[in-house]
Amino acid sequence: MSLGHDKGGRETVSHAEDHSGDRRDFLYYATGGMGAVAVGAAVWPLVNQMNPSADVQAASQMRVDVSGVAEGTQLTVLFLGKPIFIRRRTADEIEAANAVELSELVDDNARNPNLGDDAEATDINRTLPLPDGTNAEEWLVMQGVCTHLGCVPLGDGAGDFGGWFCPCHGSHYDTAGRIRRGPAPENLPIPVAEFIDESTILLG
Amino acid sequence: MSGIPHDHYEPKSNWEKGLAKRLPILGLMYDTIMIPTPKNLNWMWIWGIVLVFCLVMQIITGIVLVMHYTPHVDLAFASVEHIMRNVNGGWAIRYIHQNGASLFFIAVYMHIFRGLYYGSYKAPREITWIIGMLIYLLMMGTAFMGYVLPWGQMSFWGATVITGLFGAIPFIGEAIQTWLLGGPAVDNATLNRFLSLHYLLPFVILGLVIVHVWAFHTTGNNNPTGVEVRRTSKKEAEADTLPFWPYFVIKDLFALAVILAVFFAIVGFMPNFMGHPDNYIEANPLQTPAHIVPEWYFLPFYAILRAFDGEVWVVIIAEFLTAGIVDAKFFGVVAMFGAIIVMALAPWLDTSSVRSGRYRPMFKWWFWVFIVNFFVLMWVGARPAEGIYPYIALIGSTYWFAYFLVILPLLGVIEKPLPQPETIEDDFKSHLGKGGSAGGSSTAASPAE
Repeated sequence: MSLGHDKGGRETVSHAEDHSGDRRDFLYYATGGMGAVAVGAAVWPLVNQMNPSADVQAASQMRVDVSGVAEGTQLTVLFLGKPIFIRRRTADEIEAANAVELSELVDDNARNPNLGDDAEATDINRTLPLPDGTNAEEWLVMQGVCTHLGCVPLGDGAGDFGGWFCPCHGSHYDTAGRIRRGPAPENLPIPVAEFIDESTILLG
Repeated sequence: MSGIPHDHYEPKSNWEKGLAKRLPILGLMYDTIMIPTPKNLNWMWIWGIVLVFCLVMQIITGIVLVMHYTPHVDLAFASVEHIMRNVNGGWAIRYIHQNGASLFFIAVYMHIFRGLYYGSYKAPREITWIIGMLIYLLMMGTAFMGYVLPWGQMSFWGATVITGLFGAIPFIGEAIQTWLLGGPAVDNATLNRFLSLHYLLPFVILGLVIVHVWAFHTTGNNNPTGVEVRRTSKKEAEADTLPFWPYFVIKDLFALAVILAVFFAIVGFMPNFMGHPDNYIEANPLQTPAHIVPEWYFLPFYAILRAFDGEVWVVIIAEFLTAGIVDAKFFGVVAMFGAIIVMALAPWLDTSSVRSGRYRPMFKWWFWVFIVNFFVLMWVGARPAEGIYPYIALIGSTYWFAYFLVILPLLGVIEKPLPQPETIEDDFKSHLGKGGSAGGSSTAASPAE
């Protein structure tokens, strides 16, 4: 960083390059180091302020009353800024979902954080168990966000597989919300959720 | 650029030469940062860098605050509390911005007083001075509008009172006030436009700062002696000056570090010391706080505004001569803005051929009375307008105008200045030099190890 000597022979910066390892070197690097720390300390809050604020973080849980959801209908709620599909499936839909072999699936991961990272995409792994721990595979709770580019898929049996269909780029999901055809790479993600009583689902 | 002989940037590598042909930006940066600077500058010459730092700090923290602020009468106050409580580090960013305004004004007053004492406004630096005064006016406008944004009681009633000043203009005042507010009173339209302008004006200031720096880089810096740098030869110029980098940059950064240590102590431990508790009450158009006081940096001018009531004889005469068109209210407004205008005219009002107050034995006294008077006005501006206070304000205001309109023009005629040093080098040696041990006349430039 020495600018060397100007024409008058004056030193314009420092001796740093002339004598290695002397006191001036130490001061030079110590000052530079402290300056870097100070700049970092000043910049970090300016970056961090753009992260979710405390009130946004506090909104990370929600209770949903599902007592009014009849068989064959879907309740859509907004949770953390994204739609959550809560569908009470018919027997036909459950049967159709169970009839699919894992090998036929584009994505054989259940995408269910309640079960861990490597659960298989069977219908029972995609659905939400009741408060007593049994699972009749009736309740399908998932994020209504297409895994392609984030549009909201259409429901009520839309698409070639009787489940959901994304109007943006034509992704077809089956009755268990699994991707079957189209550009989307993954099944619709399941949110962290559980039944806390007969008619209430806790999201988050 | 400064007319002071010095080395210019010479591109060395091929890419530098190529760039210089297409865009001479490196040469511009080199000439700016290496500008020959009088080597006798004292500590009053640090405030320019402090001001640049303040401007950048206010712009950066301001951009951040706007990311979380909502300019709406129903939401503004709550959004500021949201910044204080929810946004990560929001409290620190807001307190830095809030107290940054105070640091900005402390620095600008020191900078202006420096210019007044050492005659920095005199030829050939009048343009620098005028641009500086424009920056100062814009700073006041920006600070005022920024203070309205939190939508507290002081915000609202400060905005009401200050925009009311425009209503005092004869005939067209009311129309102007309505136009400024976007309605019959301070309301949502006012808040929205104030945010827009509060965001815009700092960038206008930034542009003016560049012109301000350009202007004094063209004339060269003034210095405590007021004696010009010798331009007759490069050798003599180098005996009078040192390059800005690294000598003055390091000095300025040291001063900035000391100032910021105090600043952050205030931000951390007493962030509302300069503020008013009333501004933590949400704006209420139905109730005025008992005692409205502007921020401290406006107080001297607020005192001048209030000083001229209907019982002062100049006001009575003005009212009589204009058949009542110029009433006490309008006179006060004119006096307040006039106080800044006469200061801006200092280059033409000061008739002395000597720049620096150091060699003006009579000027010195009047100058220090001016400084004391500034603080008296600041103090009286914060007192209620009753009892003895209006008289003090009137005396202080009178002195302010007398200083520029009477004292500065007269002193140049009657004062006998002290002998000035021949050169900056002589002054430097007599104050700071190594007792002439350097021998020759031009070797004093060697850096202190």
